[in-house]
Amino acid sequence: MQWEIIIGLEVHTQLSTNSKIFSGASTTYGAEPNTQADAVSIALPGVLPVLNKGAVERAIKFGLAIGANIASRSVFARKNYFYPDLPKGYQISQFDLPVVGQGELTIQVEPLSGNGKPYEKVVRVTRAHLEEDAGKSLHEDFRGMTGIDLNRAGTPLLEIVSEPDMRSAAEAVAYAKTLHSLVRWIGICDGNMQEGSFRCDVNVSVRRPGAPLGTRREIKNLNSFKFMQQAIDYEVQWQIDTLENGGKIQQATVLFDPEKGTTHAMRSKEEAHDYRYFPDPDLLPLDITPSMLAQARDTLPELPQAKRERYVTELGLTPYDASILTSSREMAEFFEAALAEAPDQRKICANWLIGDVSAQLNRDGLDIAQCPITPKQLGGMLKRISDGTISNAGAKEVFRVMWSESGEADAIIDAKGLRQVSDTGAIEKIVDEIIANNPTQVADYRGGKDKLFGFFVGLAMKASKGKANPAQLNEVLKRKLDNNK
Amino acid sequence: MSLSNADVKKIASLARLAMNDAEIASARSQLSGIFELIAEMQAVDTKGVVPMSHAQDVSQRLREDKITESSQRELFQTIAPQVESGLYLVPQVIE
Repeated sequence: MQWEIIIGLEVHTQLSTNSKIFSGASTTYGAEPNTQADAVSIALPGVLPVLNKGAVERAIKFGLAIGANIASRSVFARKNYFYPDLPKGYQISQFDLPVVGQGELTIQVEPLSGNGKPYEKVVRVTRAHLEEDAGKSLHEDFRGMTGIDLNRAGTPLLEIVSEPDMRSAAEAVAYAKTLHSLVRWIGICDGNMQEGSFRCDVNVSVRRPGAPLGTRREIKNLNSFKFMQQAIDYEVQWQIDTLENGGKIQQATVLFDPEKGTTHAMRSKEEAHDYRYFPDPDLLPLDITPSMLAQARDTLPELPQAKRERYVTELGLTPYDASILTSSREMAEFFEAALAEAPDQRKICANWLIGDVSAQLNRDGLDIAQCPITPKQLGGMLKRISDGTISNAGAKEVFRVMWSESGEADAIIDAKGLRQVSDTGAIEKIVDEIIANNPTQVADYRGGKDKLFGFFVGLAMKASKGKANPAQLNEVLKRKLDNNK
Repeated sequence: MSLSNADVKKIASLARLAMNDAEIASARSQLSGIFELIAEMQAVDTKGVVPMSHAQDVSQRLREDKITESSQRELFQTIAPQVESGLYLVPQVIE
């Protein structure tokens, strides 16, 4: 009998502000411990929070990007719990009136196994709310004590909560990747997962199709897409095994162990969390005015989904190509800048970026933002492919030189003598010589051995040092060989 | 609504307060008084009234996203019970 997998995600994105959400301390990553923990971050008595406009603007941008309702009035609440990395004894968050309401995200799912075809799916986002991050606890090296670094305390977070709309690890990973790309695309989060700027909690449950939702367990703090997939796969199998062996699932928070590839429940507290949310009297309700909304809308770039559709309808690219070219804003900008140099070379430009450029980036362990070739250089080369100056073989050579030594396409073409021979007279001369020097093969070809045509093309290309325009060469060869057939 | 001793103990434990029996009895009567006041307010018909989230009918002022603070770690750590390598040390809290 089948099991249906139900997955929902809560993602904490660190907003890319200069200062903290409620104070003017810096948010720069990696500073000496507690040098960015000001009086508000360490909760000295009498301090008051003052909300950062930059954090609010980023939350609005996100809401607009997922087509959500932006609350004209939202409220900050205290979430009470005791932990030393939270010196106030409560986290300032939002509860029943979050800044961003329900929206949706369209994802492209690549099935992880089998022969499944890629497909599109819409995942509903329940809400997104602003809150402050906690500090960091260091449990080792302090002789039974815990070391507390409050530099991260007060860093603005946008917690993005999805509906339980995902039905496989592949869908969960596709959603997380799309979200990751979107927050970077609209410039609200640097997306650095190693530094914890994008952290995912995954709620997983299983049920028989059509049955009510099963009990979920929450996998906490996944900071890589690979771990997310492994953790979900393991967790799903564990839940199915438990249920099929007659067991019951207890609601729990679990951690993923990347070394063992397993999930295990955190020790449950004697009493369940009782956060006692209430509106924070230190903060007034946040009013978002139509002018703030309009300003956010004006600074929002063309979104990946809209760009993808435009690449298909306006540029005539395949949905697959369009989806790869819009996988990051850097990639899309590179594509558009290169295409501006050779506007009629849409498909070829896409092919080069998805093919040779991506392959070479992969080999060198770089991303598109670190590409040693500029869009202008690539565009310059496309222009020369387009006007017939260089053949595809010549282009590969130009590309190789640009990548390893730099330089503009035109200069490389001249320096390396890559200019394609399109002069019919010169090509005819080469062909005449080949026909004269290979009478046996010519006779065989004319006698019906059509396959020998390739042999002549090879000889002619060699004689032209690879520079003959292939289309022209074919045409001349065919004409001359078939002449006396 | 009136509170039981168990309710008071739970609230005290959530607030990390140690209370003896006499304190529990006194807190119970004071808290129950507050709940009676709340019960009185809840009896008022508030149909169609938007819940208030703050006593003042004004909205939040926003701060420009600028760094205005510099490190005062040395000063702040003079009042901490224990510090090491720039960290505040607390009794171990690992789960």
